[in-house]
Amino acid sequence: MMDTLISLADGFAVALTWQNLLLALLGCFLGTIMGALPGLGPSNGVAILIPLAFTLGLGATPSLILLTSVYYGAMYGGRISSILLNIPGDEPAMMTCLDGHPMAKNGMAGQALSLSGIASFVGAFFATWGLILLAPQLVKIALLFGPAEYFALFALAFMTLGGVSSTNQAKSAFAAALGLGLAMIGVDTQTGVPRFTFGEVHLYDGLDFLVAIVGLFALSEVFIFLEHRHGDAEGSAEKIRVGRLTPPLSMLKQTTPTMLRSTVLGFIAGVLPGAGASLGSFISYSFEKRMVDSDGKTFGKGDPRGVAAPEAGNNAAAGGALVPMLALGVPGSGTTAVLLAVLLSLNITPGPLLFSQNPDVVWGLIAALFIANFMLLAMNIPMVGLFTRVLMVPPRILMPIVAMVSFVGIYGISGSSFDLLVMIGFGLMGWVLRKLDVPLVPIILGTLLGNSMENNLRRAITIDNGNWATLIDSPLSIALWLVAIIGFILPLVVGRKVQSKMHHPRDEEGSLAD
Amino acid sequence: MSDRIFGVVGLLLAIGFAVSALAIEESFLSDAVGPKAFPLIIAAVLGLSSIAIALRPDAAPHWPSLGRLAEILAAAVVMVLYAELLPVIGFVIATAFAAAYLTWRLGSGLVTSVVTGIGTSVGIYVIFHLVLGLSLARGPLGF
Repeated sequence: MMDTLISLADGFAVALTWQNLLLALLGCFLGTIMGALPGLGPSNGVAILIPLAFTLGLGATPSLILLTSVYYGAMYGGRISSILLNIPGDEPAMMTCLDGHPMAKNGMAGQALSLSGIASFVGAFFATWGLILLAPQLVKIALLFGPAEYFALFALAFMTLGGVSSTNQAKSAFAAALGLGLAMIGVDTQTGVPRFTFGEVHLYDGLDFLVAIVGLFALSEVFIFLEHRHGDAEGSAEKIRVGRLTPPLSMLKQTTPTMLRSTVLGFIAGVLPGAGASLGSFISYSFEKRMVDSDGKTFGKGDPRGVAAPEAGNNAAAGGALVPMLALGVPGSGTTAVLLAVLLSLNITPGPLLFSQNPDVVWGLIAALFIANFMLLAMNIPMVGLFTRVLMVPPRILMPIVAMVSFVGIYGISGSSFDLLVMIGFGLMGWVLRKLDVPLVPIILGTLLGNSMENNLRRAITIDNGNWATLIDSPLSIALWLVAIIGFILPLVVGRKVQSKMHHPRDEEGSLAD
Repeated sequence: MSDRIFGVVGLLLAIGFAVSALAIEESFLSDAVGPKAFPLIIAAVLGLSSIAIALRPDAAPHWPSLGRLAEILAAAVVMVLYAELLPVIGFVIATAFAAAYLTWRLGSGLVTSVVTGIGTSVGIYVIFHLVLGLSLARGPLGF
């Protein structure tokens, strides 16, 4: 425990430079805007900023501080349009619409905004402590992992990912295999033979996963908007008067237990593979409803507890999702997958060794999360009026900017038109796959983890002289495989009901996961 | 119906992937597993999931009308042209055209589109190039 506090203090020493504070502030601001604007969520928000972080030559810690601030900021921002416009700014904020918008219609928009801001803070604050306490424990377990266990862990990540992110297990398996297949393109690292390159020299280094991420996440969104010609802002924030910006003390008192319960639930949902913030807010809301309003009298009609629960839940889940990403190198949600891409591009391999080899990165990041959280609280209560004005930027102006910034970022990395063409290809592919309700997160995870999954497989079997049974040789790997198989089969039996409930209010294109 | 077609396309993709995996030339210095095994496992998963999708299709999504589809393709073509012309005519001009086109197609009037396009392009140029020092494609006019 003492060690943890000392490391945390070192982390603050890393994070508290002018440059890092400025980046955190910028990230929080941009993140809140991206979260608030429908059509831009945490994953595509972070995705379009990654190339910029690189081309600006930021180091590992500053880049991560910028991007995780965007991540936390987006979790805060999503609620603004949920409450004011009844349109979730991003997927995790969906549940906030249910009670947030009715509150706004009752003339309590300002109170709903500030209460949800406080709930977000509580969720994120305690989840960051959870991250500090849980991640080192998980690292201890992960240090026992050999290549065979890692292979099983990757399989587990893919097999459980589908349970929540898709309504059809076959489609998420397809997505995972597609991503893994894309990762195979390029020269094989162990034998030096080119694979699936079709003689194209550009492909020898493999596909740059940043190109895939920006194409799939950001450009596909542009195509969705073009398809519907959603050019105009879907409502105007002016119609609703924001009103008083502080919640009365009685309301805070009433919602405190809600926030704490939801934080715990959200955090657990975040740590579990494949769940992420959307599940966090969904579980928190439904649990709270059952707990305090079992006969459905006040929830859905503007109950403050129905605003506090999903917001504390999704912010806690955002913190929880960082645990497996940092400790195991296996992200459980879309945005943490994108953050993993950042680490990999900076030649940092997340996982147990990260904590011993790059403690400055880990603890600097955690300290930055605390700092960002306080900045966000300050930004999201007194300055919330500023963000409501941003909501009036119509998509016909916003989406071209998103597209152009994506192009600028990718071109900035490689300076080649070829990568831009690949990105457009991924954008179109993303559009088709979203139409067909194929989840995009497993594709990203596959392209990110494919090579390391294969290397672990080959290492495990080579160590054991070509014996494939080595994959299920230790109790640890058998346990991982069992969890993986259960995680894959269980949603087939019971999952459809939960998923259809959870995804009911959303639009027909599979929205992006958080 | 969409899912049945999707499943068949996926299956063809899996077969193609397996065939090109088998065609990988193994070098004489190889580990116990070799470069083919994992791609073949992937091809199997890809194929099986495609068959499952084709056999148990979901309800068909709402596909856009032909006109909307053409809209998306046209935007993709504009983006491809943008990617190809970027190094030739330079960042500011290319971006102004592309952004104006997209804004126009998303429903702005002609004049607004031109203004927004130029504004977007110059704005990005100022922030990313002049302030942040990012190198953007340079055309014959120097920007």
